[in-house]
Order: sequence, then structure tokens, then C-alpha cells
Amino acid sequence: MRVRAQIGKVLNLDKCIGCHTCSVTCKNVWTTREGVEYAWFNNVETKPGTGYPTDWENQKRWNGGWVRSASGKLHPKQGSKWRILANIFANPAMPEIDDYYEPFDFDYDHLKSAPDMTAFPTARPRSKITGERMEKIEKGPNWEEILGGEFSKRSQDYNFDQVQKDIYGEYENTFMMYLPRLCEHCLNPTCSASCPSGAIYKREEDGIVLIDQEKCRGWRMCVSGCPYKKVYYNWDTGKSEKCTFCYPRIESGQPTVCSETCVGRIRYLGVILYDADKIEAAASAERETDLYGAQLDVFLDPNDPEVIAAARRDGVPEDWIEAAKVSPVWKMAMDWKVAFPLHPEYRTLPMVWYIPPLSPIQNAAQAGQIAMSDQMPDVRSLRIPVKYLANMLTAGDEEPIVHALERMSAMRLYMRALSVDGVRDEAIAARVGMSGRVIEDMYKIMAIADYEDRFAIPTAHREQNEHGADIRGGCGFTDGNGCSTGEAGKTTLFGGKKKKFALPQETF
Amino acid sequence: MHNFLFGIYPYIALSVLLIGSIVRYERDPFTWKTSSSQMLRRKQLIIGSILFHVGVLVIFVGHLVGLLTPIAIFDAIGISHGAKQLLAVIAGGIAGVMALVGGGMLMHRRWTDPRIRKTSSFADIAILALLLAQLVLGLGTVFVSLQHLDGHEMTKFMSWAQGIFTFRSGAAAQIEDVALIFKLHLFLGLTIFLVFPFTRLVHIASGIFAPLRYLFLRAGYQIVRSRRHRPLEERRRAYDKVQAKRGPSATTPAE
Repeated sequence: MRVRAQIGKVLNLDKCIGCHTCSVTCKNVWTTREGVEYAWFNNVETKPGTGYPTDWENQKRWNGGWVRSASGKLHPKQGSKWRILANIFANPAMPEIDDYYEPFDFDYDHLKSAPDMTAFPTARPRSKITGERMEKIEKGPNWEEILGGEFSKRSQDYNFDQVQKDIYGEYENTFMMYLPRLCEHCLNPTCSASCPSGAIYKREEDGIVLIDQEKCRGWRMCVSGCPYKKVYYNWDTGKSEKCTFCYPRIESGQPTVCSETCVGRIRYLGVILYDADKIEAAASAERETDLYGAQLDVFLDPNDPEVIAAARRDGVPEDWIEAAKVSPVWKMAMDWKVAFPLHPEYRTLPMVWYIPPLSPIQNAAQAGQIAMSDQMPDVRSLRIPVKYLANMLTAGDEEPIVHALERMSAMRLYMRALSVDGVRDEAIAARVGMSGRVIEDMYKIMAIADYEDRFAIPTAHREQNEHGADIRGGCGFTDGNGCSTGEAGKTTLFGGKKKKFALPQETF
Repeated sequence: MHNFLFGIYPYIALSVLLIGSIVRYERDPFTWKTSSSQMLRRKQLIIGSILFHVGVLVIFVGHLVGLLTPIAIFDAIGISHGAKQLLAVIAGGIAGVMALVGGGMLMHRRWTDPRIRKTSSFADIAILALLLAQLVLGLGTVFVSLQHLDGHEMTKFMSWAQGIFTFRSGAAAQIEDVALIFKLHLFLGLTIFLVFPFTRLVHIASGIFAPLRYLFLRAGYQIVRSRRHRPLEERRRAYDKVQAKRGPSATTPAE
């Protein structure tokens, strides 16, 4: 057992209202610079739809994620190391900027500087790359918002696999949901595996996956390697960038910007302890439908004394172990089994999980004929097809999704009985294998979602990696040779201690 | 003048190449990159870039081996000067045409595509132009070489190059009487060495070392960085030592 800790995340899609506050605050903090105007470290897609970049879930086209060979070994879908290097001159599986959208701005100035004209002045779009006039905007970061566009295009959605999708094009049967997406900070990231320069790494302390901007050379293999298309090539700096999980905030115990500002309070952050020795076996599970369960096996129970002892031995700080015990992420993923990884079939073992949404009962007009079992609506007759959610969250296995949706609707039923009739109906809870007390806890965290319940983030332990004496009189955060004394930061060509090239300390 | 251009200038160019690259790598690693423009326009890049890079690499290795291998070794393994000359003309010719076609496509794309044009720096365009000019000159020398297939002319360049690298005085004199096109080709080549550290060409160095590190030094696929000072095994041993001293009864209250 090799215990490591990660700040995991859960998004409760049942409550996402698609307001895009997460995307906008994230963009304002991280990607308002030239070269990444088109990049959204966090974006919200309307599903069904082809998403951003268009068709990102189609791995036949983009070759993201991993594949398991006949011998049971994993290699990136875009190829093993030799194959990746063979594509180094031109990456055949890399999206073009038009697959995202050409960034643009509007001539706002024209509104106030236009001369006297017969018609009102307008603010016409202009490309942020070339500065030239764009006659027609063909795509944006959220082009299919609230079922925009024709069904024939949106229904290219990969999650319609094995779903009779034609009827969902009809107005009466249509359905939609929001899917906020960000970097998954995977346990087995393909982006880092694909990087010939070794610039992408996972942090041991908190599991955040980052790109070393000084080591990145712009080979672009990470962009195609990531199946979620969450690594973005900055065309201005020539380096790749991605969601940093707002690590400066996480380190100081604050939630990420997207989580902090989430209006619907759907985002949860908490510590997950995991066994690093089990990652490889879990990611190489034979059947795709086994991957969700295999990932659950990688997680370690923070209340198990053996795990606690091993965690201490491996240097997980005491407050991190305590935080793991109250982690909302652990509760939703492990205790209640209502949260699921996004596309586990990519074999990256993602660490941003999703609670599937309940939806109105299908054919509400025929309310009398709703399939009910023991007062509870049959979740299989909900408007969003269970198969669709299963394709998204469990590699097509419907059972876990049904199970989760039943627990969520039981929670509503139980709480309705409690608040309207004043009855604690243990029978409702028992039907979904829970107790009333657990359901009330679930309600407190998932429905009320107080700030303290959503976020249990221990601070980083600087004393483990910095010696106070060394940084005394230092110049704080710098970029490059930023010290005002003119002294070189860590670069030491002209004197000073030689800094050895640091090889990765642990590999697997 | 001849002695300066081919006796001293090579040392200036190589010194700038070496020291300039080290300084840039040390002082400003953030600028060390391929500057790929594939993201902005895929058209013409896939074929152009592959043709260009494969061609240039073949030419580069050919020049390296052809110029710097001591003549005695070719003689010892029985490759006549004429055969070597023929090989150089044929392989170099094919690779040169590949690189020229590919480079031409890249140049056309860079010059005419508004997205690439707008985001190109002066150095991006200038270095591509230099390389294309060098390819044209290099292919031009093929026609001169065809006049003397005995390979005698080529041995002059070998003596010159090896003379430069072994610090022999009078190396420049070896190529005093070669055709002008050769001299232009050599001068431009040295100039490309000179500007190497100031352009995107620096990615060549990474293109050589990164794959080696990726293939042979990285054990698996994944990289996990720890900011702690000691590796896990050492930390575990230290922890066990402290625990052993405490004795079995001294459990922490948290348990």
C-alpha cells in the first residue's frame, strides 16, 4: 500500500442551472491572456450536444485516453512512446482552433466613435488572432446552449450510443442537461504520459496535475492525449496550458474559483486517500464496465485504522487524514454511491466526479400512467434516458446509475414526508438500502449544501518542503529573473550553486 | 577575407551557437520551444512539415557523417571517394528536394495564411527563408558535383571541416579553389549556426534529447513530483525508527 492524498471534486448535475458563472470567473482569473482566449479551463456544455471542442468525446477521431492491449498492458490510444515520437513533426490527432472556435471580439469602440450615419452603428466581430473582420461567427465556446442548433447535429453526441435517439428530436420528448467540465486531474493522466519532454506531472501531495511551463517545448502530444480535451495549446507562447485546480487557493485551504463562485452550490471538494500501487491494475481492468468499480477499489477508507497508520507512515499530514474522514467527495462517491467518474472507459481514472441529474417524468401529460413502484417513480422512465447517463458516467453500465437515481428520488420522498407530514419514513430509506439518518445527512450535504459541508480542504504543509531559513529574505513569487536585486532566481549560469536537473522522483 | 570567412568565422559561429544556446536554456527556458502553428492552421502543415523535417534530418545526418568522418575510415572500409560522392549526390539530392518542397509549402502557408502571418515573428520568417536559400544552394552544388564524380572535390571539404574541428591552422586553405556556390553554401550554413540560439531552431536540441529521455530515462509513462526533500522509502524508514522508539503503548489519541 502506498497512500497518497488528492483533493477530489464532485459536481452535482442535479442542481446545475447552467449559469456559466464557473466558466466566467475561471476565465477572468486564468485565461484572459493572448493565445488562450479560446481556452476555457472550465466550460459548461448543454447535453445532448457535441460539446467543446466539437465532438471531443469521439476518441476514434481524437485518439485520446488509453487502450488495453491483448496482453493487458496499457498504452495511450494515440500510440506507445515510439508511435508518439513518430508523429512529432505533425500531430495527426490534434484539433485545430476551429474545432474550438476562432476567438473574436466586437468593435465596441465603433458604437461611440462612428460618424453621423443614417443607420445605427453596430459592433461587428473581429478575429482576435488576425484582427480581421469576421463576417459570420460559426462557433463559440457554448454553441449548443440550451439545445441550440438542429437535432441532427446535436445528436452526433457520442452518449447516444445504443440509444434509440430519433424520438428525442421530437419536441415532446426532448431532454437536456448541463455538463460543466474541467481538467479531471486523473490518477492515470494520458496528457503527462504523452509528453515527450516530461513537462506534465502529478503532484504527490494533493494530486493536482500541472504543466511545467519551462519544460514544455510545444510538442502538442498532450492535447491529443487528453481524452477530455482539457489541455490547451497557447498559440502565443507556444506552450500548453491547463486547469491548475487553482492550486494557490487549494494550498491555502480555499476552494477553486469555479467552486467558490458556483451559484447553484453544486461543487464539492474534499480529500480522497488512494493507494498509488493499485492505479495500474485498476486502469487496466479488462472490461470497460469494470473500470468504475476498479477505481472505487483504489480509494482508501479514511476511517480504517490500517489505512490511517499507512497514511501516517507515508507522510500524509494529520489534518489531511482528518479532512478525508469528513470529505463530502468520499461520502458521495463511496458511502452513498451517487457520484460517478466522467467516461471511465478512457482509463485515466478521473478525479472530478458527477452526480447524475434527476429529470421530469417522461410523458408528463399521461400523468396517470407513470410507471411507479412503491410510490416511487421508476427512474427508468425519467426524461433523460438512463442509458444516456450510463454512457457518460459508467461506460454504459446502467445499474449503478439507476441505483444512484433511486437513492436521490428516495431522498426527496423521505424529506417530503418529513417536512410535510412530519413522518420519518424509514421504509423509504430501507427500500434504497439506507437509513433515515443517512438520508438526512445526504440531504444536508447535497440539497442544503452549506459552504462548510461542500468544502473540506486542508492547507498545504509548507514545512514539509521548505526550510524557513532558506526563504528568509527571498523575493516571494517571481517569474523568470524577477528579483529586483538583479540576482538570478534559480538560474545559475554565472555563479551560485549548480542546480541539478531534477529527474522525476517517482514513476510508475 | 577567405581566411576570415572559412578559418575564423566558423569558430565565431560555433561559439555563439554553443554559448548562446546554453545562456538561453539557463536564463530563459520559457522561450525554448518549437513554436508550432499547427493549432492555428492544419492545412499544408502535415505534409509540409513531415517532408521538411525528414528531408532536413537526412541532410543533417548526411553532412555530419560525410564531413566529420575521417577519410581514413572510408578508405579502410573500402568506400571509394567516387562512391561516396555518388551516394551524397543521390541521397542528398532526394532529401534536399523533399525538404525544399516541404519547406516551400510551409513558407507559402506562413506567408499567405493570415492567421500564421499575423502570429509570425520576423525571426520565424527569416529563419525559414534562410533555410530555404540554403537548400537551394545545396541542391545547386549537386550540379557542380556532377562535373567531378571522382569525389576528389569532396575530400577538400572533409579536410576543411575536420581541420576546423581539430583546430588546425590553415584549414581554410583546403577550400580556397572550390566553386563559388560551395563557398556561399558554407557561409550561409555557418550563418545559420550563428543565429541558431536566437531563433526557434533551438527546438532541434530538444528534438534530439527529449526523445532519448522519454524512451530510455522515463521508466513508465507517468511522472509524479514530490516537493518533499526525501524519497518515500527513506521517509518510511525514518518514520518506522521513530515509531519503534516510542514503544507500542504510545499510540496517538486520534486512534
